Amino acid sequence: MTTTEDFTRDELMEVNAARALAGARTCFVGIGLPSTAANLARNTVNPELVLIYESGTIGSKPTRLPLSIGDGELAETADAVVPVPEMFNYWLQGGRIDVGFLGAAQVDRFANINTTVVDRGPDKPEGRLPGAGGAPEIASNCGKVLMVLRHSTRNFVRKLDFVTTLGHGSGPGDRKELGMPGAGPVAVITDLGILRPDPATAELVLTELHPGVTVEQVRAATGWELKSADTVGVTEPPTPAELAALRALKSAGRDKA
Amino acid sequence: MADIRSLHDAVADLVHDGDTLAMEGFTHLIPYAAAHEIIRQGITDLTLARMTPDVIYDQLIGTGLVKKLIFSWGGNPGVGSLHRFRDAVENGWPRPLELDEHSHAGMANRYVAGASRLPFAVLRGYRGSDLATRTDTVSSVTCPFTGEELAAVAALNPDVTVIHAQQADRDGNVQLWGLTGVQKEAALAAGRVLVTVEEVVDELTPRPGGVVLPTWVIDAVAVVPGGAHPSYATGYTVRDNAFYQAWDPIARNRDTFTRWINENVRTEGPAVR
Repeated sequence: MTTTEDFTRDELMEVNAARALAGARTCFVGIGLPSTAANLARNTVNPELVLIYESGTIGSKPTRLPLSIGDGELAETADAVVPVPEMFNYWLQGGRIDVGFLGAAQVDRFANINTTVVDRGPDKPEGRLPGAGGAPEIASNCGKVLMVLRHSTRNFVRKLDFVTTLGHGSGPGDRKELGMPGAGPVAVITDLGILRPDPATAELVLTELHPGVTVEQVRAATGWELKSADTVGVTEPPTPAELAALRALKSAGRDKA
Repeated sequence: MADIRSLHDAVADLVHDGDTLAMEGFTHLIPYAAAHEIIRQGITDLTLARMTPDVIYDQLIGTGLVKKLIFSWGGNPGVGSLHRFRDAVENGWPRPLELDEHSHAGMANRYVAGASRLPFAVLRGYRGSDLATRTDTVSSVTCPFTGEELAAVAALNPDVTVIHAQQADRDGNVQLWGLTGVQKEAALAAGRVLVTVEEVVDELTPRPGGVVLPTWVIDAVAVVPGGAHPSYATGYTVRDNAFYQAWDPIARNRDTFTRWINENVRTEGPAVR
């Protein structure tokens, strides 16, 4: 899918996801799109960003995109490698990580996440997804949460079939009531634009469109009546340097072990 | 004290029908060869525990040896679904699979409690998640000092834990390094412990971040070079990402899966490469 410019919608999503990490010191990185974004950030807006993977690596500096969160290069290039219980207890629960970067199968209007099961209709068994992984505690304990996923009515749903990971619950105050230390989701970056929680309602609203995308397109790809912020901005097109860095990362021997 | 034994004999003696079995290794050092030996011996009615079931449990589930799975993330990392796991959960093939499902933090702490021989562990977890509604091994506890309500997770004490490590010495002391995952906790939580290793050396040289398990907490060591493939052993092998990708079409279909197991696991022919 190419826009009128010489970059794809996926590249718009990945570049904007990387930009969202400007200024962060530490990032707990999910595999897939979050890992692409975090590695791109290290090569563009935030060279000092400390990448933390749940397999136990702190300060990984991979030269190519890892296939799994446990690829050897993540450990070999890390500042420290710690056991998994230590990662979750001392580092994540200990409140030492600024940003959690998550993907999702289903998201609702309060940025709650389902990665467990989906209802496939009457007389059909629940569809099985991989499960929680580290997400519930990442979303709870990191200073804030960024999310990145492609925009469709399949992913952005009116009602989750299962709440695996709490975002903002049913509105403002829910996180506080549940004693969740972090601020929760602050942005959802998609291939169409960026949604952010409205400060008054905690409901995700459209705040930015990618170049060439219309509000109607985003609303059509969202399973609830998506509201727009008072002013909807347009993201800056990717720079040649950003595109070059992204394409270099993706072509750097990805499938070679 | 760990005896150094053949993989066949160690599995036959230590893994029994109906056991709760943990085969740990977080992406790294996954004990595939031992799982294949379990398939060959047909040890069945297993309750399997593992944070990330991975292709290793897809294989065990697809062969019908598993009645229950205790886990926190069931995918083929970076590739997609575990099709045999999904088929068992969604369609009951080749048998229904009961689930006890957690978050990673919860699973890790269940092993910590198990290794500590405590009944449960506490964490700030599962808040606002529906996960706790589907399991009887998550509850809550009030901190006696601050009054904070915390999640409590039941200890996980497998009957037997199997792990893969780089080295053992001749006395059966074991060292593993690189990503060490949750193996120390899974081993110390278990009733019996089997370790497969890349090689036996005269003396273990300390490695940064290495985990040493003394021989007297291990029941058997089996020398199985390449025994983690398609996972890997830092310093010996690299992760076979191409195999993980190739697994997707093999496992997607019941017949191609069964044929693959028959040709590559059951007929003990050439090592699985």
